[in-house]
Amino acid sequence: MVTANATDANTGPQPGSGTDRTRDIWGERTPHPRGTPWPTRVDLHLEDGLAEDQVDSWVSSACLLCSNGCGCDIAVKDGRMVGIRGRETDRVNHGRLGPKGLYGSTPWSHSPDRLTRPLVREGGELVETDWDTAMGRVVARSKQLLEEQGPLSHGFYTSGQLFLEEYYTLAVIGKAGLGTPHMDGNTRLCTATAAAALKESFGADGQPGSYADIEHCDALFLYGHNMAETQTVLWSRILDRTRGEDPPKVVCVDPRRTAVAAEAEATGGVHLAPTVGTNLALMNALTRELLEHDEWVDHAWVDAHTIGLEGLRAAVAPYTPEKAAEICGVDADAVRRAARIFGESEAVLSTVLQGFYQSHQATAASVAVNNLHLLRGQIGRPGCGLLQMNGQPTAQNNRETGADGDLTGFRNWDNPQHVQELADHWNVDPMTIPHWAPPTHAMQIFSYAEAGTVGLLWISATNPAVSMPESERIKRILAGDQCFVVVQDLFLTETARLADVVLPAAGWGEKTGCFTNVDRTVHLSRQAVDPPGEARSDLDILLAYADAMGFTDKDGGPLITWRTPEEAYQHWSAATRGRPCDYTGITYEVLSGPTGVQWPQGVERLYADARFPTHTEQCETFGHDLTTGATVTEQEHRAQAPAGRAFLKGAPYSPPHEEPSEAYPFRLTTGRTVYHFHTRTKTARSRPLDERAPHAWVELAPGDSQRLGVTDGDLVRLEPPRGSVDVPARIGEVTEVPEGTVFVPFHYGDHPANELTMTVWDPVSKQPTFKTAACRVTRLGAGNPTDQGEEG
Amino acid sequence: MPHLATYVGLADHSEQTLADSFRAIAEGHAHVADVFHTCRLLAGWCDRHREALAPVVDRYGEQGPGQEGVDEPERLHAAGLAQAREGEVGLLRDLQDLHVLASLVQSTWMVIAQGAQGLRDRELFQIAQDNGTETSRQIAWLDTRMKVAAPQALIVAP
Ligand code: SF4
Repeated sequence: MVTANATDANTGPQPGSGTDRTRDIWGERTPHPRGTPWPTRVDLHLEDGLAEDQVDSWVSSACLLCSNGCGCDIAVKDGRMVGIRGRETDRVNHGRLGPKGLYGSTPWSHSPDRLTRPLVREGGELVETDWDTAMGRVVARSKQLLEEQGPLSHGFYTSGQLFLEEYYTLAVIGKAGLGTPHMDGNTRLCTATAAAALKESFGADGQPGSYADIEHCDALFLYGHNMAETQTVLWSRILDRTRGEDPPKVVCVDPRRTAVAAEAEATGGVHLAPTVGTNLALMNALTRELLEHDEWVDHAWVDAHTIGLEGLRAAVAPYTPEKAAEICGVDADAVRRAARIFGESEAVLSTVLQGFYQSHQATAASVAVNNLHLLRGQIGRPGCGLLQMNGQPTAQNNRETGADGDLTGFRNWDNPQHVQELADHWNVDPMTIPHWAPPTHAMQIFSYAEAGTVGLLWISATNPAVSMPESERIKRILAGDQCFVVVQDLFLTETARLADVVLPAAGWGEKTGCFTNVDRTVHLSRQAVDPPGEARSDLDILLAYADAMGFTDKDGGPLITWRTPEEAYQHWSAATRGRPCDYTGITYEVLSGPTGVQWPQGVERLYADARFPTHTEQCETFGHDLTTGATVTEQEHRAQAPAGRAFLKGAPYSPPHEEPSEAYPFRLTTGRTVYHFHTRTKTARSRPLDERAPHAWVELAPGDSQRLGVTDGDLVRLEPPRGSVDVPARIGEVTEVPEGTVFVPFHYGDHPANELTMTVWDPVSKQPTFKTAACRVTRLGAGNPTDQGEEG
Repeated sequence: MPHLATYVGLADHSEQTLADSFRAIAEGHAHVADVFHTCRLLAGWCDRHREALAPVVDRYGEQGPGQEGVDEPERLHAAGLAQAREGEVGLLRDLQDLHVLASLVQSTWMVIAQGAQGLRDRELFQIAQDNGTETSRQIAWLDTRMKVAAPQALIVAP
C-alpha cells in the first residue's frame, strides 16, 4: 500500500544527476584499457530541486539496496534525508550509484505510512500501544514458552538487511541466551547457495575474488547472474571494460536473452541459454570439455592444491557437448566455444547468482564453477576472481555472525573446539550453544511454526508473506493461533499485518552499523537522522528484549555487555580473531576513512597462497553429499586429509522435480527487475522507480504468444499445479525468454509469483527452488491500459 | 555355492523392500518436501542396484528366503514399511526403520563382495562394491535427517 503522498515527497530525477537514470540505468561510459584503474564518476541525486551546497550535512554510509555496497554520503537537510552522493574515493563504486541507490535510498524514510508506534493484537485487530506493553507481551510469551517447552519453542527469521552489530547481538541471544537452533534469515532464499558452494570447495565461506578483478580479467563468465539489472554499478564497471580497449570476452549462462547475453555476443563471447532446471548438465559438459583438453588444466597446481580430480572426472564423463545439447537445449558447439574461452584465457572472472542459486541442484552447479577455476589454478591472482554473489546488502554479515544458523565466525558446528571457543568468548556452558542439533533452515522453521512446536516466531526486516515459496501457506501459518508472531519492520508489511506484536524499527540512515558486501568490503553506515516517532534501531530492540529476559552468563553476570553499535562491533571483532573472516584491526576508526575496507585487513584476494581453510580443525564444515545433502562425518573428512587443499566435487544431473506435462506445458521461472529490490518495501516508495515498473507482468516468447493468441498487454492467467495469478503479458522484450518458458518478477505482493512456486529446496544449501515449476498459460482478455499508473 | 546364491537373492529382495519402503514413506510424509523428494530419489537408487544385479541373478539362479533348503537368511528377512506414521515423532521412527532396512542391505552387499572376491567373480565384486557405496550414502542421508528431526520431535512435539 503506497499513498500518493508517499511518492510526492520525491520529485524524481533532478538536474543534479544529469540524466534520468531510470532510463540510462548504467550512466555514462568511462571506458579504459585492461590493467588500468576504473575512472571515477560521481553520481548524485537530491530531491526538491536542492543544490549540493544547500545540504546541511553529508553523512558517510553505503547503499543498502543490493549486495554491491556502493560507498555513499547521505544528504541531510532540516533533519531529513534528502538525497545521496556516490563516494569518489570508495573502492567499490568509484563515485557511482545506480538508479535504485539514487532514487530509492531516501524517499521511504519520510513516507507517511512508516510505523511510528508499537502495535499489539486486541480482539483480532492491531492497535497502537507503548513499548512497555508491546515488549511486555513478547517477554511474557517468551518466558512462558521457555518454562513449558524450552528453547526449541523459539524461532527467529531475519533478513539480509540488518547491520552486522544487530545480527551478532541476535546470534548471541539465540545461541547463548536462549539456546535455540531455529534461526535463519531470508538470506536462505537468496544466497545460502553462495555460502554452501564456497564451504564445499574451499572449506569455509568467504569470497575469493575482488571487484578489481574486472580491471584485470580477459574473460568474464556470468552464471545465472543478470548483473545488468541486479548490481547495476558493478555492470557499469564491466561495461567500462567491454567498451574500452582490449575488452574481455563475456560468456553468459542465462535462459533469457538479457543485456548480459547481448554483451556476450558483442564481445565475441557466448550466450548459453540452458533450459530452466538443467544448469548442472551444462556445467558438467563444460568441465568435461576442459578435462578433455589436457593443456588447459594446470596439472601441477591441481596436484599440489586440490583433491578429488578423479572423482570429478568420473562424475562428468557422460556429459559430452552433444549430451548437454540434448538435455539443456543448447548448441553443442557453443558449449565447446565457451569451454575454449575458459580454457585459453589468462585470467577469468566468474560471478554466480540466482539463476543458479534458486534452481534445481543449486549447490552442485555452483560448486562446478569453483571447480573450473581450480582446474585452471585461476584463483587468488589479479583478474582470476570468483564471486559467488549475494542478493542482499548484508547477507554476508548474517552468515558471518551466525544469525542465519551458521556458527559465529565461520566456525564448524561439528567441531567441539569451535563451540568451546565461543562458549569461552560468551562465558557460557558449551551445552547451551545448540550444537547438538544441526541449525534449522527457514522452510523447516516455518513447518515447526505451522505445527506449533515453534510457539514464538520473531521476524525482523523481512516479508516472508510475499517472498517465501507457497506464500498462501506462509500467510496461514503467520495468521494462525498456534504460533505467536513478532514482526519488527519499517512498515506495516503483508507479514506485519498478520503479527501478534509489531515493533517499529529504524532504517538505514536512522541508526549506525556496519555491513559487508560481496567482495568482503566492510562499510560503516552512520546515523544521519532520528527515526520517526517511537521507532527504535533493531539493536536497541534486541537489547531491550535481552534485558527484560535477564539472560546471564555462567557467572551470573549479564550475557550481553554492550550498549552501542561500536561496542557490539568490538565484541564481534574479538570473536573473529584467527578465523577466515578476521575483522580484527578493522575498527570504526579505520572504517571512517575515505573507503570501505576488506576483511581480513590488507587482503584483496583470498587464497593467493593457494592454501585453503580445509584442515579438519579449521574448516567451517566437513562437507556434504551434493546429491542427497547427507553430511560428511569428521572421521571421513580426516581420512581424506585435505590439509589446506581445495575440494573438487562433482555430481550427476537429475531432472527438475516438476517438469512440464500435457496439463502444465510451460516452464515457469521467476526473477528480478532493475527498478525494485526484494518485496519493494523501499523501492515502491520511490516514484521514479515505481513508475518504471508498477506492476507484475509475465514475459512470453513471441512464438508461444502467437500460438496462444496473446498480444502485448493482454491479461493472462498462470496456473501451476498450485495457485494462480493473473498478470499482463509482455512479449518480445529485450530480455526475451526461450520458447516454452514464461518469466514472472517476484517483487510484487499483490501478484506474488511465489504463490506459484513449489516448496522444494536444494539438499545442501536448503535454498528454495524458485526458478523451476511447470504451469499452464491462458489468455483472459485484452489488458486495461488505464491500469498502468495504479500502485501496487 | 548355494549360500552365495541365497545372498544374491537376499540382496535383490531387500533392495526391493527398501525401495518400496522409501516410496511409502515419501508418500506418507509428502508434505515434508525434502523427505518426499529425497526418499523418491533414493528409491530410484535401489531400483538401479537391482537392475545392475539382474544379470548375476540369472547367472547364479536366485534363491529367495523361504525357499526350501535355504533357511538361514529367513531370519534376516526384514518386513518393509507399508505405511508411514503421523507427525514429527512418526517421521523420526519411520526414518529409523528405513535405517534398519538399509543397514541390512548394506551388510548384504558387504558379505557378497567378500564371496565374490573369493570366487574371483569380478563382475559381482564390482556390483557389490558400487551398490554398497550407494547404500552407505542412503544411510548417511538417513543419519543426517534423523539428527535434524530428533530434538524437536523428542523435546517439543506433542
Ligand atoms: S549497485 Fe546496488 S549498492 Fe550500488 S547504488 Fe545500485 S542498488 Fe545501491
